[in-house]
Amino acid sequence: MNRLGHRKHGLWLAFALHRISGVALALFLPIHFYVLSLALNQPERLDGFLRWSEQPMVKAAEFGLVFLLAVHAFGGLRLMALEWLPWTSAQKSLAAAAVAGALFLAGGFLLSAI
Amino acid sequence: MNDTGLAVSNLATATEELSVSVWRGDQSGGRFEQFTVPARQNQTVLDVVAYVQQHIDPTLTYRFACRVGMCGSCAMMVNGEPRWTCRTHVNNATKENRLEIAPLRNLPVIKDLAADMDPFFDKWVGAEGVHHPSRSRHDPIAPIDPTSAHRIEASEGIECINCAVCYAACDTVAANDDYLGPAALQRAWTLYNDAKDDGRAAILEAVSGKGGCHNCHSQGGCSHYCPNELNPMKAIAGLKRATTASFFGRKGNS
Repeated sequence: MNRLGHRKHGLWLAFALHRISGVALALFLPIHFYVLSLALNQPERLDGFLRWSEQPMVKAAEFGLVFLLAVHAFGGLRLMALEWLPWTSAQKSLAAAAVAGALFLAGGFLLSAI
Repeated sequence: MNDTGLAVSNLATATEELSVSVWRGDQSGGRFEQFTVPARQNQTVLDVVAYVQQHIDPTLTYRFACRVGMCGSCAMMVNGEPRWTCRTHVNNATKENRLEIAPLRNLPVIKDLAADMDPFFDKWVGAEGVHHPSRSRHDPIAPIDPTSAHRIEASEGIECINCAVCYAACDTVAANDDYLGPAALQRAWTLYNDAKDDGRAAILEAVSGKGGCHNCHSQGGCSHYCPNELNPMKAIAGLKRATTASFFGRKGNS
């Protein structure tokens, strides 16, 4: 049987991305809090960790983390709009386009500023 | 007569063939069986199934009635996707010349391609998807304003043909035996918005329970596959809002 068959569409992909990013963030959070707690008890270990985190591989992993956060945050906003706003699909598409346009403009302004 | 005869003979001498695997079995289990059928320029998946039954194996069991997308009885899994087979052209469904036909997902199998629709319709009733009369036959007919917000919302869902394609497309149905499913919940939402229906409280009660609308994960398979392009996911979102508003003591109006 073709197990992926009925799951090959954008809405299911959005659902899966939201779930997977949520689980991955849930796994990350305890580690994050543990590292923060080092500041209170073992500052020298925290400094060691921060030096270790300067490595390019860790920087790349941080990009992955920000990606997960962004995907999960926007996935949640999407879900709330989908379920809680009694708008038509066209209205939601327009709202999403407006937000995307605003982010593009603001992002461009930020990039030119820094 | 000649023209018709020629056309038939052209079809009959078609040399190209299509390999199709059809699920055979019953509730105790089964397997896919290979058949070779003539490849026609214009044929639906249901035509292929009918050809196998009429020309190769008369014991093949399947269900159909109208053949024009009205009755909702011929839905099957085609290459893993739920489809109304009478309106699905073979060329649009085959992948790499492969056609795999199975009974609808998420329902018990009676035999071969015929799924048992009882659980589907039981849930339809379980969601209070039945008419709750507000007047008797002796009262005047209630005037309906077709432009009112409630009527527009109700009209969006009335073209459902009960084919259970959405039910087969839903992973929440697959994971939760109690879940009422997209079709039953959409029916509930349609009646909830119908001025002629007097069962709003009963509907909200039915759809806010254990198998109700809040189980929906908004995966959207129902809306993606609905052959009549209805949007059960939107209807379920409406029920989520209405049940929540009712929980907080507000009269939901959308």
